[in-house]
Amino acid sequence: MTTQITPGPARVHVRTTINGNAHEFLVPPYMSLLDTLREIVGLTGTKEGCLDGNCGACTVSLDGRIVDSCLVLGAEIDGKSVETVEGMATPEGLHPLQQAFLEEAALQCGICTPGFLVAAKGLLDNEPAPDEHRIRHWLAGNLCRCTGYDKIVRAVQKASAEMS
Amino acid sequence: MVATFEPKSEYKVIGTRPIRHDGLDKVTGRAIYGADIKLPSMIWGAILRSPHAHARIKSIDTSAAEAMDGVHAVVTNADLPPAENKMVDLGEGATNLKWAVDNILASDKALYAGHAVAGVAAVDRYTAEEAARAIKVEYEVLRSATNVDDTIDPDMPAILEEFVDSPGAKESGHANHVKEFTHEFGDPDAALSEADHVVEGEFSLEMVHQGYIEPHNATAVWDEDGRLKIWTSTQGAFTVRQQVAAVMQMDESKIRVTPLEIGGGFGGKIPIYLEPVAATLSKKAGNVPVKIIMERRSVFEGSGPAAGGKITLKLGATKDGKLVAADSVLRMEAGGYPGSLVGASGMCIYACYNIPNMRIVGYDVLVNKPKVAAYRAPGSPQVAFAIETLIDDLCEQAGFDKWQFRRDNAAKEGTRRGDGPIFPRIGMEEVLDAAKDTDHWNSDIGEASPGRLRGRGFASGYWFNVGLQSSVNLSLNNDGTVELVEGSTDIGGTRASIAMQTAETLGISAEDINPTVVDTDTVGFTAVTGGSRVTYATGYAAYNAAIEMIDKLKVRASRLWSIDEEDVQFEDGVFSSKSDSELSIGFKDLAGKLDDTGGPVTSTGSVDLEAAGGAYGTHICDLEVDPETGKTDVVRYTIVQDAGRAIHPSYVEGQMQGGAAQGIGWALNEEYYMSDDGVMSNSSYLDYRMPTSLDLPNIETVIVEVPNPVHPYGVRGVGEVPIVPPVPAVGNALKDAIGIRLRETPMNAGRIVDALDSENGS
Repeated sequence: MTTQITPGPARVHVRTTINGNAHEFLVPPYMSLLDTLREIVGLTGTKEGCLDGNCGACTVSLDGRIVDSCLVLGAEIDGKSVETVEGMATPEGLHPLQQAFLEEAALQCGICTPGFLVAAKGLLDNEPAPDEHRIRHWLAGNLCRCTGYDKIVRAVQKASAEMS
Repeated sequence: MVATFEPKSEYKVIGTRPIRHDGLDKVTGRAIYGADIKLPSMIWGAILRSPHAHARIKSIDTSAAEAMDGVHAVVTNADLPPAENKMVDLGEGATNLKWAVDNILASDKALYAGHAVAGVAAVDRYTAEEAARAIKVEYEVLRSATNVDDTIDPDMPAILEEFVDSPGAKESGHANHVKEFTHEFGDPDAALSEADHVVEGEFSLEMVHQGYIEPHNATAVWDEDGRLKIWTSTQGAFTVRQQVAAVMQMDESKIRVTPLEIGGGFGGKIPIYLEPVAATLSKKAGNVPVKIIMERRSVFEGSGPAAGGKITLKLGATKDGKLVAADSVLRMEAGGYPGSLVGASGMCIYACYNIPNMRIVGYDVLVNKPKVAAYRAPGSPQVAFAIETLIDDLCEQAGFDKWQFRRDNAAKEGTRRGDGPIFPRIGMEEVLDAAKDTDHWNSDIGEASPGRLRGRGFASGYWFNVGLQSSVNLSLNNDGTVELVEGSTDIGGTRASIAMQTAETLGISAEDINPTVVDTDTVGFTAVTGGSRVTYATGYAAYNAAIEMIDKLKVRASRLWSIDEEDVQFEDGVFSSKSDSELSIGFKDLAGKLDDTGGPVTSTGSVDLEAAGGAYGTHICDLEVDPETGKTDVVRYTIVQDAGRAIHPSYVEGQMQGGAAQGIGWALNEEYYMSDDGVMSNSSYLDYRMPTSLDLPNIETVIVEVPNPVHPYGVRGVGEVPIVPPVPAVGNALKDAIGIRLRETPMNAGRIVDALDSENGS
């Protein structure tokens, strides 16, 4: 029986804020932010689709900027603030985007949904009233294979109208 | 005798748009998908895959991997139970057991680049992947076949030795080119020679991938009593159980499969890939849980694409516009093992039309590409490309109106499908009529942007849908809500569509039902979420369970009132006495009186449905082409489809839109782009390039409802048919825009520019 200690170089000490909560942990220097969130922090709402930054399923917000968490190292979030899909709803209720996705049937299998929600929030936080083309352009980094995007775009439009 | 139902025009729950039951978990990140499971002592697996398209495996040296820190186990085909060369039924039709096992881990030969060769389990995923790379495999590289033409070359070695002497290969004269069937009716040769108008064409398609965003995954562990537990993202927990039992050569009852949430499937998550490897690694590592996630590149290179292939088709019509003859040869690529699903192509090719004289010849063609899996109406989009393109050509040649010709020759009740069955009540005529009434059809195509060319096309498609077996358990809570337990994994809102049919039957609201998808120990056998069958068949099982619950509650009401059971009736959610109008009680109130009338009420429903009721769709496409670059933008798109009865219209529309989006990708861009030595060159999302939100317009939908007489609520499956018409609809629109007919997919920018250049003589 081999040892249960993961081989490789020394761990990196990370202090960070995730969805408003302070976290402190050690992370292997090669581990992606995606795996760090899923395996170390225990937040599995952020999904793996491709691991090469082309599907957007792992989209998170890093200091207010949208990133593919598979292309960021866990060690890089030291001193920074991360927001994931788990941080969107408040005790008062769902974020308007989450509510609109439900009402507009903007998800089928749901695997791309966390990434779309975080990406769409990134848009509406900065541009409260984007037109349809702007929404389609902004979300082009997030792949959905189920919906044909129609109902996703409508849900973002609906949330935008409700938030403004 | 198949039961038939009279449709009602008004429902309380059916046709409404409640929020899906699993929605909250899925918008908050709480839903547990296959990759999200974490078990005590769990370790990770990784797979080593062949870099060669066709190679003899001479030796595998796992010693360096085994010696690495953190590595717990390494397995190869030799660690799987020896597989006999015999046919077995794995729920998706008969297959050879050795082929099924060899596709999990290659034995003597690797048959495609991406074919799994060995598995490793280690303390974490990174270590497992590094250890997999340390495995040394000695290959003798063989010549590979990457397309149908390669296989006809007499020097091409047989990909599977078993086929050299098979009757199908002897008939074709090629070991990799296996004749599957000939369907013939009437006298197609005579009818073609007598026809006033004859058109023919050869159509060529590249393989495409289902493209689900969630990669395959599996987690397996053995109990102390030798039971195998599996958690996975699958379209069917029971088919996983069946396939794993065959490969591992153990009793199905010794396996428990728990289906976690699934991130898309489209047919591609019916076969197993990782489960036996995870199970074998778990055993070798000392019965600890092993989780494997397939990386994206391997999803492309090692899991099921849809068949490419070549189709020749000839059509004949009389001068007054009657389609009298059709003759086709379908050569569909199966990948390294048989199973192109050419049989389904044969069922679909002529299914939109009434053709009195016809022939269909089907070949299953082995090529050194991954083994084909079902992809949404498998086999139908390819043949729709051929027939819907050629019908446009025929109409142009003969001067027929393209809609009128299709309408005059449309299949209807009593029409014979190409492979033999006679159609029951179907909605092809209604769909064509509705297409002509759409706003899109009656709107001008509009001005093209400067320098661009606009075109409009339309096409129809058919999918037969399946019924098969489903089971549902209901239990009544004393507040009048109902727990619903089902075996159909929910890929696109079927918890809602099944709950809604249950609620309609019981006279309560959709929100009063709590649907749960459970493991194979906890509900009766349920076939895959595929064949557009879940809302139809599992919905039917739920209806049966609800009827049983009502019957039991009638007994409870009779006890409450001390009257005869036969005197109790149920209507609109209320139990009442037929003879005493004073006696009535609502469903929920009666549920509160279970303790006084005999205790818990539970019920079960199960179905085994042969008839399903086929579905039709017609799509209208406007597109704009930049002749300089070949870039094509779909600018307007409308789908008209017969849903029988739309239970939850939003999710019916969603199926239509999603299928069309996949079909548009297939038409314009997606393909397995193979290098000369048979390696997929575009095995990433970046290079494979599925449609993004920016590539598509809003997709308009028109739901036609021709109730399916063999379903209590008239449901027809809706999931698959929408991927059938887009390829020819886009092709017909392209022809309208650029004046040139393309007969190969993808009809991408390069092909468009080449076609325009050769037309212009440059």
